[in-house]
Amino acid sequence: MTPLTTLFGVVMNLPERPMRWAQGRLREGRLGWVFVAPNLAVFALFSFLPVAIDIYYALTGGTALLPSERPYVGAENFSSLLVCDNYFDADSCRRDVFWHGIWNTLRFVVFQVGLMLSLSLVTALVLNRKIIGRGFFRAAFFYPVLLSPVVVALIWKWILQREGVLNAGFASVGAAPVNWLLDANWAFFWSVFVSIWAHMGFYTLILLAGLQAIPAEVHEAASMDATPPFRHFRKITLPLLMPNLLVVLVLGLIRAVQMFDEVYVLTGGGPGTATTFIVQYIYKTGFADQVRQYGLAAAASLLLAFVLLGLTLVQLKGMRRGA
Amino acid sequence: MAPSVLTAQRGRYAWDWTDWAAHLYLLAGVVLMFGPIAWLGLSSLKSETGLNLFPPTFLPYEQATVDAGERGKLRLFKVTEGDHQGETLAELRRIGRQAQLIDPAHPETIIRRPGAAREPVMQVRAAVENYSGLFSQFNFLRYFWNSGFITVVATLLTLLVNSMAAFGLSKYRFQGREPVFLLMLATLMIPPTIVLVPNYLIATELGLTNSLWGVIWPAVATPTGVFLLRQYMLTLPDELIEAARMDNASEWRIYWRIILPLSAPALAVLAIFSVMWRWNEFLWPMVVLSRSEVYTLPLALNSFQGELTTQWNYLLAMTVVTLVPITVIFAILQKHITQGIASAGVK
Repeated sequence: MTPLTTLFGVVMNLPERPMRWAQGRLREGRLGWVFVAPNLAVFALFSFLPVAIDIYYALTGGTALLPSERPYVGAENFSSLLVCDNYFDADSCRRDVFWHGIWNTLRFVVFQVGLMLSLSLVTALVLNRKIIGRGFFRAAFFYPVLLSPVVVALIWKWILQREGVLNAGFASVGAAPVNWLLDANWAFFWSVFVSIWAHMGFYTLILLAGLQAIPAEVHEAASMDATPPFRHFRKITLPLLMPNLLVVLVLGLIRAVQMFDEVYVLTGGGPGTATTFIVQYIYKTGFADQVRQYGLAAAASLLLAFVLLGLTLVQLKGMRRGA
Repeated sequence: MAPSVLTAQRGRYAWDWTDWAAHLYLLAGVVLMFGPIAWLGLSSLKSETGLNLFPPTFLPYEQATVDAGERGKLRLFKVTEGDHQGETLAELRRIGRQAQLIDPAHPETIIRRPGAAREPVMQVRAAVENYSGLFSQFNFLRYFWNSGFITVVATLLTLLVNSMAAFGLSKYRFQGREPVFLLMLATLMIPPTIVLVPNYLIATELGLTNSLWGVIWPAVATPTGVFLLRQYMLTLPDELIEAARMDNASEWRIYWRIILPLSAPALAVLAIFSVMWRWNEFLWPMVVLSRSEVYTLPLALNSFQGELTTQWNYLLAMTVVTLVPITVIFAILQKHITQGIASAGVK
């Protein structure tokens, strides 16, 4: 036995005596609670209690962190966030950055999830063919998923900087260099691109697993009937893959709505507010601005929570159907 | 059978154009996935002068030097026009537009040439000092240790706490079991992004700000882990437990001597997830850790990219070192990771 496993054995034996004691006192049923308790306690402290505190912060104002020092302001934080002269013009809103964040996030979700799932589906379909070295290709597409978002952002920042390799490629064909991350539209484009680059391998993997779960006989029956390929895909593959596509769609939406890490490091939310998303607004308002407006940040968190609540309910429904 | 990109093919051996298209697509994908990472790796080996070259070179280049005794290291130039054209000379100094050069073989004669009449001699050299500098000039080991400590401790605690809960939920009948399970799943709806402010308050009250434990504790209970492990433990036969009880084993012993070892495959999947989550985590650590001596690697990288825009050589090397551990783990466990994630369907 190595010292490490010995240590592990000793540590894991520590609860033996108290547990035996509890076992003698409690009926079998209660013992279940003992095992569940630590996990439940952490959830209570860092998930459930915080939601209540979120509500408290959202209803109080000022810049104090301590709840007892915060004056009650009613729905002021919410109205401050939500009041706009014209809802399609973020600049007309009292909290214009928040609304820029909402519109940017919406735009991001539509482009990122739409493009990423299409690409993942195509890649999964290609990988599901007779491919030489399928394991290698599958791993290659998946590898960036494991990388830290900060690493991903720096890899691309290095490529996209003004004297970077992409501009060098442009220069070699005589094109003028572009400040990729200082132009609003390009910065948004690269935010979408980089987040797809980093995450599509995950969705490809799930869809490929779904494709491989379709029994071979189904495809063989169709090919016996000489079904045209596109019809085969539309009438057989796609419907059978639907449950997986739904799961992947909801997962993708949940993650895209909360996008922060990669884009924050890549663009800092800029130029201006061009790539500022909802979570960055929450972070900025609560922690990065000179004046920390916890109430506003909490109110924005709760609004985001409602969106996630809806999406997660759809996901759980899908999971239950899948299981 | 009609060939198509859109359908699975079985039993064909002759390649048609769709096979070529499929493989070309995948190869292009591999280039797009690995190209940027390879470029990062190559760039991290370039010296500061090599990084400033535009257009950038593929391999790490820097100006060649020659050791000229008491005159120290001199940079080498090639004379491009006029006297001594084509000769490789070492530069002593530059005065105005005049360059004073010497021939390394005859260092006693000083040759004066206009600065414009020479060009630097470049050579390939890996600038490993980018990496060694991380240790000598930055608090790099500290960041590495912080990240490693959080990842290892949080993963061990996650495995312990989640497997205990999963054991309780799958192997005991008690009132409130179903509600508790649903409650735990419900935390899926409370991701860290929406409880930043309250968790910051709680961490402050518990004295966890600027402490690595402030990153560890909130992450220890995971709905994904409980779900994954519970589903797995449900498949383990209850007879095992009954038999152990007959032998008068305590419930704790049953848990960690029988159920835990049998749950190894599910634990491995959760361990992989946990390592990935904790090593890469960014937003919550950024909120709870503000002093640089408790920074994790992602936090250090983020703050350096703001400060050291001119020191890309160190930034790139640090980025490489950050991605190495995850890459090594992936290279070794590639098959298990992809299969585990495909079966769990979570991230």
